[in-house]
Amino acid sequence: MDDLAFITAVAAGMVRSGTPVLLAAVGECLTERSGILNLGMEGIMLAGALTAVIVSYLTGNIFFAIIAALAIGALIGLLHAFLCLYFHVNQVATGIAVTILLSGITAFCGIDYVGKSIHSISAYKVPWLSELPFFGSVFFNQDILVYLSYAIVPLTYFLINGTRFGLSLKAVGEEPRAAAAAGVSVFRTRCIATALGAMLAALGGAYLSLVYAQGWTENITAGRGWIAVGLVMFASWNPWKAVLGAYLFGLAISLQLRLQAAGADVSPYLLGMAPYLLVILVLAVSKLRQKKIPAAGPTALSIPYLPQV
Amino acid sequence: MGFSLVLFLFLCLTLGAARAEAPLKIGFITTGPVNDLGWNYAHEQGRLFLQKTLGGQVETTVMESVPESAEAERVLEKMIAKGNKLIFTTSYGYLEPASRVAKRHPDVVIMQCQRSVPASWKNMGTYFANQYELMYVTGFVAGKMTKSAKLGYVSAHPVPVLINCINSFALGAKAANPKVKVQVVWTNSWSDPALEAEASKGLIESGVDVVVGQANALPVVKTAEKIGAYAIGCNADFAKLAPKAWLVGSRFNWGPLYVKMAKAVQDHTWKPGNYFYETKDGYYVLSDFGTSVPAKIRTEAIALKSKIEQGKLMVFAGPLKDREGKERVSAGKKASQQQIDNMEWFVPGVEGALPKK
Repeated sequence: MDDLAFITAVAAGMVRSGTPVLLAAVGECLTERSGILNLGMEGIMLAGALTAVIVSYLTGNIFFAIIAALAIGALIGLLHAFLCLYFHVNQVATGIAVTILLSGITAFCGIDYVGKSIHSISAYKVPWLSELPFFGSVFFNQDILVYLSYAIVPLTYFLINGTRFGLSLKAVGEEPRAAAAAGVSVFRTRCIATALGAMLAALGGAYLSLVYAQGWTENITAGRGWIAVGLVMFASWNPWKAVLGAYLFGLAISLQLRLQAAGADVSPYLLGMAPYLLVILVLAVSKLRQKKIPAAGPTALSIPYLPQV
Repeated sequence: MGFSLVLFLFLCLTLGAARAEAPLKIGFITTGPVNDLGWNYAHEQGRLFLQKTLGGQVETTVMESVPESAEAERVLEKMIAKGNKLIFTTSYGYLEPASRVAKRHPDVVIMQCQRSVPASWKNMGTYFANQYELMYVTGFVAGKMTKSAKLGYVSAHPVPVLINCINSFALGAKAANPKVKVQVVWTNSWSDPALEAEASKGLIESGVDVVVGQANALPVVKTAEKIGAYAIGCNADFAKLAPKAWLVGSRFNWGPLYVKMAKAVQDHTWKPGNYFYETKDGYYVLSDFGTSVPAKIRTEAIALKSKIEQGKLMVFAGPLKDREGKERVSAGKKASQQQIDNMEWFVPGVEGALPKK
């Protein structure tokens, strides 16, 4: 394997390994911008992964599997939003409860689906684009969910920064009282943002089960939902930077596995740590560089909103 | 008075007879779901075999996904309260909780699945079977089938019980084709399908044409099927899930052992101790061959297996050097059980990092 082939393989692996985290991180960006902290991402990814497997197994249709995963994501997102907005419960506690609950539920409901053969997603070469040197095989010789993620990121950015809804979203995330006075429904805006964010996380979960595992395994996410939540902070709540972070995480995974496959004599423990180490390092460095600017997070993030008071 | 005494005796007798005929209650606890197509699946197949073979004489139950903590102790107590007289604790991590529970309940037998433990139990024992020997046979099949002479091995953690399997696999592969190299990739996780799949993809891209999945083989086998490489697995038979890729695998066959243990407990002939079984005992077996393996190679592989069973072939026989050239087993000798249980070195031909001491 020559150097270019190796680099291409590492980069293509980066895109695949990064995509599930990317989807969840972009979703969390959107949710947090509305002032809701959703720590349930890990659980929602699990739910999305299992739902996709069940529907793919029962119907044999990938499209239905993806729709079902999105639907279950929306449903759980709404549940989290409802708990946070209607009962004003602590968002950290609710999010963690959602994750713990869903890891239990998916483990239980998934028992019958372990080892079942399902219709999985295979790579699809984009005509013309996949012929491009290097970029073609890295970005356009992937599967449809990866291509979908290419569309989701700019769309999310546009939704936040280019639409009326985005304006309301940022308003309720910064000053919910002022937004409410201006006639924006804090409840509705936050519900939509949380549901959309959770849908993306569920899609990330579906990626793990439909593309990678091609089936269900208990705790299939192995912590990727938590990585996504952490990345949002590193990304300063900007979806583009979240993409960067997610691909960085993917790069570290892809590189360490391929270095091993190429026979590099580096401690396996060190290589296994690399993805997490890299994320922490970049997080720290990016924060150092931002020292002069005050924390960029949405002002009302995770603060319960009580309109009557 | 006399009548009630007779009635009392009669009741005692009938109840006593009923007790003697009551089925032996046998419990199992596993760390994960029993249809994981891996470790727990093998134990569950054993339980089902036991129930089917002994029928009404036994009543078996399984508790899945029991954490290896104080929670295990609670679950074991509950099982005993429900009348289980024989309990199989099927993971290394249950050793401590199981020992504590066994001490409190001398009338219950607990069998812990793991390598021998130096302990003086009265009502507890360990059981395990030799895994690495048959990896020599699967390695031989891989060595015969490979065209690139590069084999990939996706493994979980660099621990002796996995390292001796890799070494045995490599020795078998080299017996078939001396030019073969075995490339190891550690995922540092017992189960992370995305990592295992990506690792397999990376190996196949680098020129490997046979991949081995060890701890969690399913993603490895499925990736091979998708890309078009051969696969070898452990713990379950994947011939149906990957008809093109599947070559052969090896797996536990706990069923007959569980029947033997249950009978021993019923007959009161069971004795505490460490039960370690060799390949010839048949509790670790070869799985079915895939359709792509030619009959000639199958025959040769089965012949190798019989040689191992008859003790004519020692996998770790001297002279054996590690890949740094240091002599580990001298000529005419064989590796001791302690050496095999603590193996932290690779034989020549295995590539991949090992943590340094």
